Amino acid sequence: MGAGGGTSAYEEAEHADLLVLWGSNARETHPIFFHHVLQGLKSGTRMYSVDPRRTSTAQWADAWLGLDVGTDIALANAIGREIIHAGLVNEPFVRRATTGFEDYRATVEPCTLDRAEEITRVPAELIRQLAHAYGRADRAQICWTLGITEHHNAADNVFALINLALLTGHVGRYGSGLVPLRGQNNVQGGGDMGAIPAKLPGGYDLGDDEARARFEAVWGAPISPKPGMHLSEMFEAMETGALRSLYCIGENPAESEANVGHARELLEGLDHLVVQDIFLTATAQLADVVLPAAADWCEYEGTVTNSERRVQRVRKAIDPPGQARPDTHIICAIADRLGHDWGQPTAEQVWDELRSVSLKWHHGMSYRRLDEHGGLQWPCPEEDHPGTPLLHARLWAEDPAERGKPAPFMPVEHVPPVDELTDDFPIRLTTVRVLDGYNSGVQTGGYSSPLRRRESLRMDADDGASLGIANGERVRVVSRRGSVEAPVWFDPALRPGLASFTPHFSEEVDVNVLTNDAWDPKSGTSEFKATAIRIEKLRAAGE
Amino acid sequence: MDLHLSDAQASPAEKDAVAAVLREHALATGDEVREHAYFADSGQAARGRRHLLLPALHAVMDQRGWISAGALNHVARMLSVPPADVYGVATFYAMFAVEQRAPQVVHVCDDIVCGPNGGEQIATRLTEEMGPQGAGTDACWVRSPCLGLCERAPAVLVQRTRRADVSLAPATAEAVTAELSRPAESGSADADAAFADATVSAPQTGGDRAGLRLMRRVGLVDPESLDDYRAHGGYAALRRAVELGPSRVIAEVTDAALTGRGGAAFPTGVKWDGVARAPERPHYLICNADESEPGTFKDRVLMEADPFGLIEAMTIAGYAAGCERGYLYIRGEYPLATRRLLGAIEAARARGLLGTDVLGADFTFDVELRRGAGAYICGEETALLNSIEGHRGEPRNKPPFPSVRGLFGRPTVINNVETLYNVLELLRIGGPAFASIGAGRSTGTKLFCVAGAVPTPGVYEVDFGTTLRQLLDLAGGVRGELRAVLLGGAAGGFVSPDQLDVPLTLEGTREIGATLGSGVVLALDTSVDTPAMLRRIAAFFRDESCGQCVPCRVGTVRQEEALARLARGAPLGSRDTELALLDDLARVMVDASICGLGQTAPAAVRSALALGLLDAPTSPNGRVR
Repeated sequence: MGAGGGTSAYEEAEHADLLVLWGSNARETHPIFFHHVLQGLKSGTRMYSVDPRRTSTAQWADAWLGLDVGTDIALANAIGREIIHAGLVNEPFVRRATTGFEDYRATVEPCTLDRAEEITRVPAELIRQLAHAYGRADRAQICWTLGITEHHNAADNVFALINLALLTGHVGRYGSGLVPLRGQNNVQGGGDMGAIPAKLPGGYDLGDDEARARFEAVWGAPISPKPGMHLSEMFEAMETGALRSLYCIGENPAESEANVGHARELLEGLDHLVVQDIFLTATAQLADVVLPAAADWCEYEGTVTNSERRVQRVRKAIDPPGQARPDTHIICAIADRLGHDWGQPTAEQVWDELRSVSLKWHHGMSYRRLDEHGGLQWPCPEEDHPGTPLLHARLWAEDPAERGKPAPFMPVEHVPPVDELTDDFPIRLTTVRVLDGYNSGVQTGGYSSPLRRRESLRMDADDGASLGIANGERVRVVSRRGSVEAPVWFDPALRPGLASFTPHFSEEVDVNVLTNDAWDPKSGTSEFKATAIRIEKLRAAGE
Repeated sequence: MDLHLSDAQASPAEKDAVAAVLREHALATGDEVREHAYFADSGQAARGRRHLLLPALHAVMDQRGWISAGALNHVARMLSVPPADVYGVATFYAMFAVEQRAPQVVHVCDDIVCGPNGGEQIATRLTEEMGPQGAGTDACWVRSPCLGLCERAPAVLVQRTRRADVSLAPATAEAVTAELSRPAESGSADADAAFADATVSAPQTGGDRAGLRLMRRVGLVDPESLDDYRAHGGYAALRRAVELGPSRVIAEVTDAALTGRGGAAFPTGVKWDGVARAPERPHYLICNADESEPGTFKDRVLMEADPFGLIEAMTIAGYAAGCERGYLYIRGEYPLATRRLLGAIEAARARGLLGTDVLGADFTFDVELRRGAGAYICGEETALLNSIEGHRGEPRNKPPFPSVRGLFGRPTVINNVETLYNVLELLRIGGPAFASIGAGRSTGTKLFCVAGAVPTPGVYEVDFGTTLRQLLDLAGGVRGELRAVLLGGAAGGFVSPDQLDVPLTLEGTREIGATLGSGVVLALDTSVDTPAMLRRIAAFFRDESCGQCVPCRVGTVRQEEALARLARGAPLGSRDTELALLDDLARVMVDASICGLGQTAPAAVRSALALGLLDAPTSPNGRVR
């Protein structure tokens, strides 16, 4: 629809009639957003949870659709078909604000409820209920996270959900929307500032000549119109030898990459590896040069942008330890060594430069205004613009000119996970996150938590029984790429055939040794959510 | 919701007990509970069942005699309530136990009426025979605040597992032992039969019945027969209400100038009208039958002797205020009244007098009885709302008042039992005629619970305006030399012998700084150990404070301590500094407590100090006792 950001303000979740949390355990992974959800639930909002696991989010839901991993498109298409057949399509909206409906209709037509039940193993009646609830609701949101995006067909999964919103007009209106929940306080901001290979800061495409010219003028340097590499492509380039040096800022690929054993070999084979981080991560330990960075959220100034596109200021509270320096200072110092005098700009000066080029989104957001409003939501093009809590309201405009470019349906079809289940690898492993852990654990592993248990393979008790495994027993977990040992914990949230690890404690269980590095060509994301494994009993000592 | 439960499992019997509650709920409402392999239902429907928490805990208690950790987990899971909340509720009520306890528990009333009238002797005897409080595997005994059987003092409640609870009054240690050894099959019939002797429970109905309005059927009608109730004029008032239509019923109530008998004396017509006009739906009706004020038993007598009257009156109130559902919240210590009311509800349903199309008049109304479990505070109307909803019975801030946001956040009429019986009478004779009874703004008749140093204690119905002296004379006059009268209960105050000519009206009592309260008239002669009684009152409030707000939680403790020091003759500093402290406490509690409990807890103590009741009494022969 033309902007890489969630369409709704968090607060709208409190006033929605229906929330569909799809591949999102927001109860644990987005606790701030979930507080808004809880407010909604308290005043009568209904919630559906679509997730292979009966997560703590699902335990708040009015219904749980426990689909098989990687069958989201089949489910979404069946819901779309049911909405069409039940006459719940928002026809004026589809006519005026979208394109490609007929193709979509043809694509989903074979996806009957029964067919979807076969593929997803969700009872047809539950699918029908969700379709009708979503189709009839006055205000409905679909919220998703990594359960949708950590697949080999991540972008297609997202399209399948967007199609449902277009079908019913659940976008661009207060309380209705499409809400991708980002993983950290500033994932949105990272992308908005240009850390996406095909984008300039402010959401401009690299191919946009006019925008590029403006950036070139301000930056005083030419910009290639050709997109760079995303992370998965970089590792492929390392493999072919095209990429020989890497400068890695605040990322820990030596633990967080899928098929991490292979990734480590590639990192070790580089000519030169520079890591800039606040901790000496596993990746930093492989580096030729480590640049100690300040923790920007408390040791320096700046801004962050959250999932509702709200830009907020960050303020310095303490001095950084030792030789650690703010990221921008390090970057400017490197530029200096390379013969470019970028001076020593303050955080506000860096921000104001961005504002001078990001005319659509950030131009109106001075530090003074961010202070005054407690943050502003982009787009905010002018100093007197109030910010935009609700995205794509234009789609509802009477005036076709104001309505602008219609949103296209993107028909997509179900493709099963790359890492197939076979007799050798009969169990589906999915990586999950818990409330008190964050990704590879760099930021969270150093703190104690009352909720924490030893990293274990979470699995279904019946599966355990059929394999002759007791709760707590150590087992070997084998995938097509590697194997790890871990104790077992019988988790009632898992169904037979499904197991899970968190990625938070790679020093205990190196889970990404198992995961598949097959990745989505549209987004570059690896298939972390769908690994085929088998579970082997360890020989008892002395055998 | 996502519940974090311990590994403790409920026994099959405990699960069955909870299942029975859910089944009954499903039958009544069509709201079926789905159970998944590992999880109970979640979502809005499940969270909407939290109000079944108290009934579920009762069911476990009735089945096992205590609530095990496994049962707590199971209830939490089935109702989607955090286990900490379930524990918080289970431990809020005196009749629930979360640690193993004997299956038969003898609650011995040691409160202001029973204690000095045989209750303490029973406690002493039971200590000798059964050991200290709470000890014993088959049966144990515990002290209890007022059981509401004061006219038959001393009173005992036998709470039992897998069989009906019974009240014994007047009780003896021998009667308790006999009841405990009675075979389980014998049920409650024998104990209940003892209450048929109306000359004990309601002496006024035994002789001159002229002037009886609320009690006109008490002692005459068979409380277990709907036909007999109709033969005594039953359901004529509902018929009349349907003829009038809801708005004219409210007009009659307003014309009658009926005021609430629960203590606050709020105009009933205004309350009903407010709810009837509220656009939000549904509306709820609640009958507050949590009669727990020490010394009060009038509602119990009405409910035991004329249960259909209450159901009819609730139906009229529901009809007038547009409520389709009524809750009858009765204190857990009233087993006989509970049995009679359940029977009355069942019979009324069977005859189409509850349910859809009541009386063929095309309106829907049904009543659900909810048992309290031993918590005085639940008589406070907003605490009662929380109790029904499955929360701890802690009062809410007002406003919003229940008529705006009451049960489940909806407009709710809450009326006391006595208030509702007045509705039958005012529809029988008409609002204006009703308004002509009584005196001034206090219209109609009033029920008084007369006990203590009188020959014939019991419930007396007199017109408002009757003097205290006349009332005491009705009960046979004061035995011995009168020292004081406790008027209005523990939350009321003491009046002195030279104030007996006070007219019993809202205005009259206010003039002498007293209150009618719940209608308690406890006559104290010079033989009464008044310091002990004051300490019992202070201990009562300390026990019953819900602990939610600081002035009450701390104030009731400090008040009890200061009283104990004074009574011991060992004040901190001087007697005057202790009195100043009590005054200080009282001011803070009255000003800053959330609800009436904290606000009235110092009242009786202060009035007693003013009358010198803390000073050791002198017996007639002049010696200090």
